[in-house]
Amino acid sequence: MTKYKTHLLVCGGTGCRASASDDIVENLKQELENKGLQDEVQVVMTGCFGFCEKGPIVKVSPDNTFYTQVKPEDVTEIIEEHIIKGRQVTRLLYKDPKKKETVADSKHMDFYKKQIRIALRNCGFIDPENLDEYIARDGYMALGKCLSEMSPKDVVDQIKESGLRGRGGGGFPTGLKWEIAAKNEADQKYVVCNADEGDPGAFMDRSILEGDPHAVLEAMAICAYSMGATKGLIYIRAEYPLAIKRLIIAIDQAREYGLLGKEILGTDFEFDIELRYGAGAFVCGEETSLIHSMEGLRGEPTIKPPYPAEKGYLGKPTNVNNVETYANIPIIINKGANWFNKIGTEKAKGTKVFALAGKINNVGLIEVPMGTTLREVIFEIGGGIKDGKKFKAVQTGGPSGGCLTEKHLDTPIDFDNLIAVGSMMGSGGMIVMDEDDCMVSMAKFYLEFTVEESCGKCSPCRIGNKRLHEVLEKITGGKGEMEDIQRLRNMSNVIKDTSLCGLGQTSPNPILSTLDNFYDEYLDHINDKKCHAGQCKDLMTYFVIEENCVGCTACARVCPVGAIAGEKKQSHFIDPSICIKCGACEERCKFDAIIVK
Amino acid sequence: MAKIKTLADLKKMREDLQSKVDLREKADSPESYVQIKVGMATSGIASGAKDVMDFMIEALEKRNVEAVVTQTGDMGYCFAEPTIEVKKPGEDPIVFGYVNIQKADEIIEKYIKLGELVEGIIPVNYQVIDDK
Amino acid sequence: MNKVKLTIDDKQIEVEQGTTIYKAAKELGIEIPTLCYMNLEGLNIENKPGGCRICVVEVEGRNNLAPSCSTNVWDGMVVNTHSMRVINARRTVMEFILSDHPKDCLTCPKSGSCELQDMATKLGIREIPGQEYAEMSTYKTDFSPSIIRDLDKCIMCRRCEMMCNEFQTVGALSAFHRGFESAVGPAFEMDLEHSSCTYCGQCVAVCPTGALTEKDHTRDVINALSDPTKKVIVQTAPAVRAALGEEFGMEAGTLVTGKMVSALRRLGFDYVFDTDFAADLTIMEEGTELLDRITKYLGGDKEVKLPMLTSCCPAWVSFFEHHFPEMKDIPSTARSPQQMFGSIAKTYFADKISTKREDLIVVSIMPCLAKKYEAQRDEFKVDDNPDVDFSISTRELAHLIKEANLDLNILPDEDFDKPLGESSGAGVIFGTTGGVIEAAVRTAYELHTGKKLEKLDFEQLRGFEAIRKATVDFDGTPINIGIAHGLGNARKLLEEIKEGKSEFHAIEIMSCPGGCIGGGGQPLHHSDSSILKARSEAIYREDAGKPIRKSHENPYIIKLYEEFLGKPMSEKAHHLLHTAYFDKSKKIEMS
Repeated sequence: MTKYKTHLLVCGGTGCRASASDDIVENLKQELENKGLQDEVQVVMTGCFGFCEKGPIVKVSPDNTFYTQVKPEDVTEIIEEHIIKGRQVTRLLYKDPKKKETVADSKHMDFYKKQIRIALRNCGFIDPENLDEYIARDGYMALGKCLSEMSPKDVVDQIKESGLRGRGGGGFPTGLKWEIAAKNEADQKYVVCNADEGDPGAFMDRSILEGDPHAVLEAMAICAYSMGATKGLIYIRAEYPLAIKRLIIAIDQAREYGLLGKEILGTDFEFDIELRYGAGAFVCGEETSLIHSMEGLRGEPTIKPPYPAEKGYLGKPTNVNNVETYANIPIIINKGANWFNKIGTEKAKGTKVFALAGKINNVGLIEVPMGTTLREVIFEIGGGIKDGKKFKAVQTGGPSGGCLTEKHLDTPIDFDNLIAVGSMMGSGGMIVMDEDDCMVSMAKFYLEFTVEESCGKCSPCRIGNKRLHEVLEKITGGKGEMEDIQRLRNMSNVIKDTSLCGLGQTSPNPILSTLDNFYDEYLDHINDKKCHAGQCKDLMTYFVIEENCVGCTACARVCPVGAIAGEKKQSHFIDPSICIKCGACEERCKFDAIIVK
Repeated sequence: MAKIKTLADLKKMREDLQSKVDLREKADSPESYVQIKVGMATSGIASGAKDVMDFMIEALEKRNVEAVVTQTGDMGYCFAEPTIEVKKPGEDPIVFGYVNIQKADEIIEKYIKLGELVEGIIPVNYQVIDDK
Repeated sequence: MNKVKLTIDDKQIEVEQGTTIYKAAKELGIEIPTLCYMNLEGLNIENKPGGCRICVVEVEGRNNLAPSCSTNVWDGMVVNTHSMRVINARRTVMEFILSDHPKDCLTCPKSGSCELQDMATKLGIREIPGQEYAEMSTYKTDFSPSIIRDLDKCIMCRRCEMMCNEFQTVGALSAFHRGFESAVGPAFEMDLEHSSCTYCGQCVAVCPTGALTEKDHTRDVINALSDPTKKVIVQTAPAVRAALGEEFGMEAGTLVTGKMVSALRRLGFDYVFDTDFAADLTIMEEGTELLDRITKYLGGDKEVKLPMLTSCCPAWVSFFEHHFPEMKDIPSTARSPQQMFGSIAKTYFADKISTKREDLIVVSIMPCLAKKYEAQRDEFKVDDNPDVDFSISTRELAHLIKEANLDLNILPDEDFDKPLGESSGAGVIFGTTGGVIEAAVRTAYELHTGKKLEKLDFEQLRGFEAIRKATVDFDGTPINIGIAHGLGNARKLLEEIKEGKSEFHAIEIMSCPGGCIGGGGQPLHHSDSSILKARSEAIYREDAGKPIRKSHENPYIIKLYEEFLGKPMSEKAHHLLHTAYFDKSKKIEMS
């Protein structure tokens, strides 16, 4: 075995690959070979490091240098300076935007300081396509421990004691779920992994599957052992080609090593896993819909009970957990429930992975202990709001969640706290909004999503969400009336109260929470016909500032509808009744003479 | 690849494979290991620093010393090259000059293992590499 | 079963564990409004997708409202079915549903019998907020030979889908598109004609709105009746007389044979005949075919196909042509009574009244929608002139009678015309499940054994059980008989035959629940299965009251053979009264 002195870890997550991290790896290997260093320096393509804002990332071990926004053409410099001469390439190091200092290693970055990586422990650390590296990190030791030292009941008890709750949105206690599935006798049972991540902006499940696929396979095997199942299914959306590829490789390797299949680790335990592809319907994240979709039926929910643990896939007891939940399992078994349940809060143990997106400096994937406050996440880890703008709101829980404001920033994040303040954990999406975001438009955006994603089975969700969206269209279109607010509230409450599944039961949340927290903004739109954030086109008017206009006629020439008139070298004016608010004139004007408000 | 038949096989395999990633594990918490930085600017390489580094890596592993060996640029003591900086957990770093393989061996055996000082310490007001 | 106690609207009740809130409330006399829910008790047909959310109730300790149709009770449950929260939710949901439903009630075929309309009336809906800017989902209307689908009116109750997939296992209908655009129809939005649809009409029978209706042929009938150059004759299927009265406010199970005849005569039909006559004829042909096959089989002929399957039901014929084409030589080759009637009418009878084929219009009144399709099949045409010109359903007949300003309640009883109006009790029972085979047994027994049957009522063949089995002793030869109603049940028997495990000599199959009395053209049962049972009882009552109860004793049948056909299975009979089947499994294609 070659003993490498230096490891170059290159992020191979979907985001960084889109920024040519494949080429970076290629160039690194080529350059090392050119310099005859291929036996001294190992290049490893890992899973996601999380700091997507600054990707692609190249990390150098053992001196722990963290290069950001690396381009394929930077490779020569990294090899010549860092590897050969031992000098860090300063220009590629992370610069702390607050302290204006460069930070050479990730440990000292605000982004990583408060994180505890449990579910993401191997992401950005090992080569996900190499089972040996997973084994080197105690891979499959937990399964081995279960099979040789623990009874199925012991396993369930450990998971129960750990306090782990489902990371997919509901927060149902995982151990309890396993226990129910274990208690239901059947000739065949199934373990299902829900990898149908659907929240806009959320990509933690994808990252785990891309960065540490074996953790999920191992956890499913452990679950299978605990409940007496022999078959596993991973329901993954077809839009995740890289995750699918890595899962296929991982499953093949695990079979080759005898870690999936018959007589695993010399015991009579048998378990194997197949992939099932989803077409990316949001509602298929709901477990009964997911099961129907896997059965080849229409992806729509059915009423529970019966729960999948009683009657699931093909009518057999089935345990469904999501990717992140499974990713916690092996380490809980290895380190013990008591290690895990010391992390987090009273009612929520462990960590949660969040996908930070929106108007935040450090867009990316983070993992923090339950109980971390929103403020810590947004302002410390997330590095605050982009371009020094003012924080306005954060939407947690995706389209099912609500938006939280300044006054909620010190809320310690856990399942119950977020519900108490009118939002929810969901799968961990966190979209940050600044002063330029219109909250009515934001609510409309989410409704558009739910209207699109409703399966159509129950009337309130199928039709009600459409009607909500129409009222929001009316308000943002400048035709709102005060009675619309009452209608929005009533329809929202009824849709929540009567919908069949979680989608409809939560879809009005963005409306209700913006009505609660940004009521004045609705009034501005309805009474004053104004959108102060400047996002609702229909409520805006384009003006020419006379003193700035030199009469160059550029705006009049670019206007597609002939709404601008004026003599040469004299101030022009815009006829608001013709103007379609396309903004072409504003863009064209070189004298800042056209404004919109 | 043959199938892993028992948990013992898996454990053995893990021991064998751990060296593949221990470099990365140590990198995540270098302060709990002996950290050795070898000055490797052009002048350092010319004066044999690379051989010293290779020797250190191999010797430390053979002698079961948990250490992180990294290279660094010019340490500012060209006169005394090759130079190495050794930082034991919880202690201040010390820089040694004129390190050849024999000297390196002595540093491992006496300073790192037993805490005895050996000749060749550069005692002046130096800058530690991190401050540079 | 364990009992659980619960409280609904402050009333206590004890019910069996596993009961739904809806059913528990019903026991207390509380009728919770429902829309998508449907239960045909005793027939194992239940639709409870929990989709419409009209039946929601408040359950103490539960966060959201519970759909009462699909939520089971628990001990100590406290339910409120009419709290202000429930009333507001129900109304708002109803407004949602109506906001996406056309408002052309005046001209809707379902007007007056529409469950959505009834619910709107019950809830007192007067306006739909936001309707002026509410988008409506629209689809193209599908016109098939039997059924019209106007999906703009679909409310996604999924009843049709359940009937088509679970009860009939035809699989022609399923939900397509997602969200607001969702509706139910054939895959890839094909037309019914290009799907595996059998036109059984059970989707129409359960549709709560005007989304699925029969193709209306009443205008064609009116036009024919107004044409002085045509002789227009009519035949009425057995199940019609047991249900038509319901359309005129009579109790289910009221027999209106005589009143129906007099209504038809007043409508201007030149002759009012009875499909029951043709049913007797069917027994002569089919019974003879059965005896022939059994005799050959018992004689050691390995080529002969057994069991023989009945072939009266056109949806059933389509079903095996689509789904079991490899077995198309097993059913009897005998045409259905509707088609035997048409064939005899346009030959034997046309000659009798010296009318040319093209000047004779044959109208059939059927409990069925597949009969519309059957009448159009090419095998049943001579020089492009169909044996049966128009087939209208019981519901359409009711409309015709009402349109003509006639009140069935006060019309006198009149008799069918001769010769094609005479029938035996055996012909009557064709209208209910088990009836065809009972009629066949009455004749086959006597023809085979040469003995007179002591007891004509074969109770073991009657009833509503999905699949029934009976062995009839043919004087030492045990004949095993199977009966299935519903194509899903038929499928089970077909699979057995395919696997070579079938023990039967003869099997009767009818597509609709309860047989023709539950056909897709009958007055709507609105999920009340007691109506079907009452109709069935009426049919047996009619049989019991008939002076002649065996087909081979019908004097006009005897005369028909003497004067025209010769004997059963003769060449002429073969030509006029038998047919062939076709492989239609490939027909399912993209339109």
